[in-house]
Amino acid sequence: MSIFQRRNQGVHPNYAKHTSGSELKPLNRIDHVSIPVSMQIGPPPKAIVAKGDHVQVGQVIAEGDAYMSVPVHASVSGEVLEITSEVQSNGRACQVIKIKNDKRFTPYEQLAPPRVESKEDFIKAVRAAGLVGLGGAGFPTHIKLSPPSDKPIDYLLVNGMECEPYITSDDWLIRHKAAEIMQGIEAVLKWCEIPQAIIGMEDNTPEALIAMEEALKNSSCKDKVKVKALSSVYPRGAEKVLIRNFTGREVPSGGLPHDVGCLVQNVGTLRQIAEYLNTGMPLVTRIITMAGPALNRPGIYEVPIGAPIKDLIDLGGGLSKVAAKVIMGGPMMGVAVTSLNSPILKMNNAILVFDNESCDLGEELPCIGCGRCVRDCPMHLIPTELDRLSRKFDAENLILYGIDDCMECGACSYICPSKRYLVQHIRIGKQTVRSYRADQAALAAANSKKEDKA
Amino acid sequence: MLKVSASPHVRHKDSTAGIMRDVCIALVPAIVAAAILFGTSAIGVITVTVASCILFEYLSRRLMKQEQTIGDWSAVVTGILLAFNLPPTIPLWICVVGAFLAIVVIKQWFGGLGQNFLNPALGARVILSISFPAEMTHFVMRPINSRSADLISRATPLRFAGMNPDVLSAPTATADGAFEPYNYLDMFMGLKPGTIGEVCILALLIGVIYLLARRVIDLYTPLAFIASALVFVGLNGQDLLYHLLSGGLILGAFYMANDYTTSPMRPSGQIIYGIGCGLLTGLFRVFGAASEGVSFAILLMNILTPHIDHLTVYRPYKRKQMAKIKAAEAAAAAKAEAPAKSDAKAK
Repeated sequence: MSIFQRRNQGVHPNYAKHTSGSELKPLNRIDHVSIPVSMQIGPPPKAIVAKGDHVQVGQVIAEGDAYMSVPVHASVSGEVLEITSEVQSNGRACQVIKIKNDKRFTPYEQLAPPRVESKEDFIKAVRAAGLVGLGGAGFPTHIKLSPPSDKPIDYLLVNGMECEPYITSDDWLIRHKAAEIMQGIEAVLKWCEIPQAIIGMEDNTPEALIAMEEALKNSSCKDKVKVKALSSVYPRGAEKVLIRNFTGREVPSGGLPHDVGCLVQNVGTLRQIAEYLNTGMPLVTRIITMAGPALNRPGIYEVPIGAPIKDLIDLGGGLSKVAAKVIMGGPMMGVAVTSLNSPILKMNNAILVFDNESCDLGEELPCIGCGRCVRDCPMHLIPTELDRLSRKFDAENLILYGIDDCMECGACSYICPSKRYLVQHIRIGKQTVRSYRADQAALAAANSKKEDKA
Repeated sequence: MLKVSASPHVRHKDSTAGIMRDVCIALVPAIVAAAILFGTSAIGVITVTVASCILFEYLSRRLMKQEQTIGDWSAVVTGILLAFNLPPTIPLWICVVGAFLAIVVIKQWFGGLGQNFLNPALGARVILSISFPAEMTHFVMRPINSRSADLISRATPLRFAGMNPDVLSAPTATADGAFEPYNYLDMFMGLKPGTIGEVCILALLIGVIYLLARRVIDLYTPLAFIASALVFVGLNGQDLLYHLLSGGLILGAFYMANDYTTSPMRPSGQIIYGIGCGLLTGLFRVFGAASEGVSFAILLMNILTPHIDHLTVYRPYKRKQMAKIKAAEAAAAAKAEAPAKSDAKAK
């Protein structure tokens, strides 16, 4: 069956990357920022500033003791207005630090390039830079860079593929900051002792590809690093798909990339590492693509973290039509926000504003068994069967049909001619499986207790 | 107020109705060919089956108090395919019975679109040919070397396929007194007796090209089907091209067996399914009492489709890991065994 596995599994949405090639504009004349302390996977840090404090750009405003947590920095200079608890777009509440922007952007005076002399120093520096995976998942970078010691890493895979439609932030970054990305790659290769790296690109960004190759030529470790471009298909940039495409290795079910000796980093993260090592400035701004049919002036903007979407839309040219849906991230995996007051988070790379027309997802019809979701699933699952099982809350069969391997890329729902909500029901199915496992664990615990008594 | 929904927020433009419409468009050349070859009687049959399929779809949804689904074009596809499986001389009331069987009994009683376990048109054809054997096997053709539009009765080419002396001397084979088998070009163009849709191979293939261009069908099932059927009849010493161009092999392989709902979803499953269809077709054609075997072969494989889908569940992300774990276990077991053996030898 290997001839079928080698196919580029995925879909070809309308990429609509109209903003590609446009100039970066700063968009920071906003009145205030609201920075949620939880912008990552793992326990959230706690605010260490108080109402009325004066903070400067790059100053730590929230810090956590937990190994997984990452500090949060002020993205503007000004006075802390209030610290409240608010529900985020992901449905969870956390502390939000609201800072009034004095529009002077005074950098924090204690910022200085870190001294890095060992791997420990490097990991510490990455954590201090407030870095999480900037591709979208928000996994703390320092954890990723320190895999268990019995799992040697022999490949650094650099994700320069922006397979989501509309988004061109990484495209811009590679075109203009390829040298800094190379620095980041060099640093990770050096301190994490990784022998080689592959920069994965898609062939729909030819200018970025040329820029990256140019930067590679001037690099000190050009013999270790290769640039490879593949045809574009969604979701080519998903971690497990990327590893399989570039190394031929398959991350086992339930495993992590380090199980097959790979480390995947987004170009944005690597550039940010370089920036911190050079200047000591942590992650305080993001390069985001603002696009979508309801925007007057789509473009690529540099915005402070915590900036409310509403202010960004107003500053960035306003709306041409009534906004019906606002998406943080791409249209395939992004989150539709509940309110325009939602802030920009560390892992955001786009804001898409859809008008009423483009929100039409079609009427859900019965599955006709065309098999397109099966053909295009990058994880070789049977989405329509998972959908059916999920609607029956059949946890055992969901596990059997591999629901754990689903990464929710949405290719199945996208391609379905019957407009079925496949990935949405698979998410519900995952919840079913979670509670089923919890029940099983509780049952097993109760049984072992009984046996002990007997 | 902003709309909130779970991702993805965009959808591909293809729809179920669009796919069904594409199939209808692909069937148009064959309808035109049927009109030329059989005249008004074929058009009458097609009109009656399509109209009664739509009517039965509407009525059954109405009576079962379900959402109306005639807008999805699937009843039209079923109607055309059902007509394609009937001889042009069929009484029209049998067409209505066939439409009832296809739409109400086989499709709607099992849950409607996407839930039927048999191909509705084929299921209806088989029930009709068991119930009305004479009407269902009265095949006519347009005379080859005559300008007369009168249709003549003649045995179908499949009767001659084996070139078996017994078959050739059978009285049914010689209705017009001709013994000579058909030539390939006539068979390709449709100058042979048969059901309305199966005769003109050229028109069917034009439709296939359209469906391939629109990416509606894959070739896994039809190619596996045709190849395995031909291999089977070839091994039995019969003429391959003759078998390819006669009977419902092309119609069955590209339009009936390829039906989404009743065929497996994975390419690997589709190949297994196609091979099954082909072998059964060959078996029925070579050894069966009825000269045609495509319909029965496809229906039997339709029933096996869920099992084939179940067989072809594969998860490479897990399988490779399992292979590694098993290899490691085997290595560990071998190591554990080796010292035991050497101990035994030492003793």
